[in-house]
This record gives sequence, C-alpha cells and structure tokens, in this order.
Amino acid sequence: MNKTDVLIIGAGPTGLFCAHQLGIIGLSCEIVDNLDKAGGQCIELYPDKPIYDIPAVPECTGEELTNNLLQQIKPFNVKFHLNERVEQLKKVDNRWHVKTSGGVEFDVAAIVIAGGVGSFEPRKFPVKECEKFEGNSLFYSIKDKSIFRDKTISIFGGGDSALDWAIELSNNSNVNLIHRRDGFSGAEASVQKVKELNDQGKLNLYTKYQMDSVVGDKNIESVKIKHDEGEIKEIKSDYVLGFFGLIMQLGPILDWGLNINKKTVEVNTENFETNVDGIFAIGDICSYPGKLKLILSGFHEGALAARGCFKYAKPDEKLRFEFTTTSKAAQERLGIKK
Amino acid sequence: MAKITYHTHDNKTHTIDVQNGLTVMEGAVQNDISGIDADCGGGMACATCHVYVKEEWLDKLPAKEDGEEDMLDMAFEPKNNSRLSCQLIVSDELDGLEVNIPSKQG
Repeated sequence: MNKTDVLIIGAGPTGLFCAHQLGIIGLSCEIVDNLDKAGGQCIELYPDKPIYDIPAVPECTGEELTNNLLQQIKPFNVKFHLNERVEQLKKVDNRWHVKTSGGVEFDVAAIVIAGGVGSFEPRKFPVKECEKFEGNSLFYSIKDKSIFRDKTISIFGGGDSALDWAIELSNNSNVNLIHRRDGFSGAEASVQKVKELNDQGKLNLYTKYQMDSVVGDKNIESVKIKHDEGEIKEIKSDYVLGFFGLIMQLGPILDWGLNINKKTVEVNTENFETNVDGIFAIGDICSYPGKLKLILSGFHEGALAARGCFKYAKPDEKLRFEFTTTSKAAQERLGIKK
Repeated sequence: MAKITYHTHDNKTHTIDVQNGLTVMEGAVQNDISGIDADCGGGMACATCHVYVKEEWLDKLPAKEDGEEDMLDMAFEPKNNSRLSCQLIVSDELDGLEVNIPSKQG
C-alpha cells in the first residue's frame, strides 16, 4: 500500500502542475496514468505541434511543455505509476483506498482527477465478432512477437504502428496489410518499404479494403475484407492486428458516484471539489459555468484544488498563503540553496 | 447563418441554424445533438467528430486539409463520404448541408 497525501489521476500538464502546487504547500502526491509516459494529450496527440497560449511561453511543443513541467516538479520527487488505470475507490474512515488495474494500492487523504477526456485506450474494429477473439488471436498491441512466427498475420491500419509491424513481422511471418485507402499516414520511408516488400512478394498489401467480418470458432481462421467497390475477399489468417490509434474513455470514473455531465465531472469553482468530499477534478475533465478547455485554466484549477486538498491531508493545520519568491518554507521544499 | 441538418443514429433529424464561422461540430455540440464527441475540441487530433456527408454535398465542401484523411483512418467505420465535422466551417454556402452521425465515435 502506497501511503501519500494526494493521488493525482492523469499525468497531463494539469496533473503535473497540480503536483507542483501540492509540493509547494508541503503535501506529498503520487501520479497514476494509463499511458506509458507523462504528458497526456500533449504527448500522445500532439507532441510536435506548437502551442501558443501558455502564459509567458510564446511558443512550445507538447513535448517541450511536458518536459518543462517534469523539470519543474523534480524537487518533489513525485512517484509515477505509468501503464496503470485507477479501477476502484473505497472510503475507509477519512481516507481513500484506491486500486489500479495492475493491482497497485494507495491510501490517500484526497484524490485529484486530472484525467483529460479519459484514459487512452486502443480503438477497436467496428465488427462485433472481433470481441470474441480479442486477446487470443486478435490484438491491438503486441506484447510477445514470437507467437507470430511462421503464422499468417493480417494487419489493419495505415499509420506508423501498422507499417512498422508489417515490416518487422514480414521477416518471419506471412503478412497481409490492409488499409482503407491508397494514402498512408505513416512515415514515407516505411510506406516505400512496404510497397517494396509487396512487389517482392514478401508481404501482401490490400488498399481500399476494410474489414468485413472474421471467421473462426475458438481462434480466427480467416478474415473477410471488403473493397470500396463492394468486392469481398476472404484471406486466411491466424492472427489479426488492428492499429487505429487511441481513443479516450472515461472508464471506471463513471462508477464513483460523481456528478457527470457530458463526459465531464461537475465541480465548484472555489476549490474544484466534486460532489464527493475529498475528490477534486481539474483540467479538461471538469465542468463549471464558463469552463474553458485550455491548459492555462487547468493550471489555475490545479493550484486551487491543491489548496483544497490541504484540509483533508492536514486537518489540524492551517494553510497560510505565501509567495514562492519570499517563502522560506516553499524555497526549502524546492531545494533552493542560498 | 446556415441551416444544417444532423441525422442522428436514433433516426432523428435535427435542423439547426448555425452561425457562420462556427464549425459543423460546434453546431452539434452547442445544441446537444448526440453522437459527436469532439474529444480534442476541434484540433483534428482525435476523429471523434466524424460524420457522413450527404453525397450531393461532397464536392461543394472545402477540400480536406493535410491530416484530415490521416485522422479519418482512425475513425469508426470511415466511408468515402466521411469528414471531420470540426473541419467544416459554416458559411452561407453550406446552407442546407445534411450530415449523418455514425452509430459510435470509437
């Protein structure tokens, strides 16, 4: 059991800055995120795209913003739990007991949900039967590529993941790559490589096809694909892989008794607490009259939520407002040596 | 101002006056028309505002910018008449546009 003052759900810019604000007022925190790295949407959706509306930063990329925030919270040695999704919450006396998908447990005084639009999950095939095969012969990510050796693999998608895996697996497997159009969003070099492999007969490329259905009993035996013009082809497949990027899902947060309105959590604007005592929500996931989904609004919300957490973490102490410029305590927490 | 008609997956039809300059996505979201999630808020980064445009409108709409087709690869059941509604900016020329909202966005 990890005991800390506050658990932050979501390692996007809002969650990261909230960790900073907690650190400044002397509270400890740990951060859980479903992705394998910090940064949230900034790192997953637009790492290279510029952002122009961070106060006092005329221009930066999502990746730069993330790295700067990580740098800013370094003095507080915040512990990250990546690749974990928070599943269960339980109130025990005045504390919250939290459990993640990977079985990590926390004992905390307060929770700050900074979950953006939810946790990132792979996008799935629209075809219903696919669910039945998921995890045994149909996958949306690859953990152990050795299972594909000498098998026939049908890969769907046109981005870098689909292209990279098609190239990689074509070394030891019979690969079909199926994509809905002639153009690809993946790197040009990979597109050329795939076309080359197709010409050499080391890979079968099917463009303007999409999945129609999957055939099989316990495991997939073949997959039917449908051309734009309507023609259907059945291709033998031992495994099917789908790479359609990630989508955000609210997931278990829906079951925590919070007031949810259009995929967002209602909060008050005094300290961004939800209708449940000790659970706060900040950033894109919270809603209140006038809410703007800007990173800078998330920073403000995080600063106030951090102070709102104080009374739960240190009920017998009074929080005094201080500036980092002059506060000795804050500077000590930041590790400033004079 | 343009009248935009949204056909939702529950077979309902909503015709809305949408102000010029807003996007077809915003017209739906602001009027509580279900089925357009717009998770990324209009940044062409998520494909959850995907719509099917009525065939006769396909050629009248502004062409897709770089990146829209890439995002449509990720959309739920993309078709030839798929567009991202966050990229369709409403103007007088779009008066009468009809779009179908898919059964799911992901």
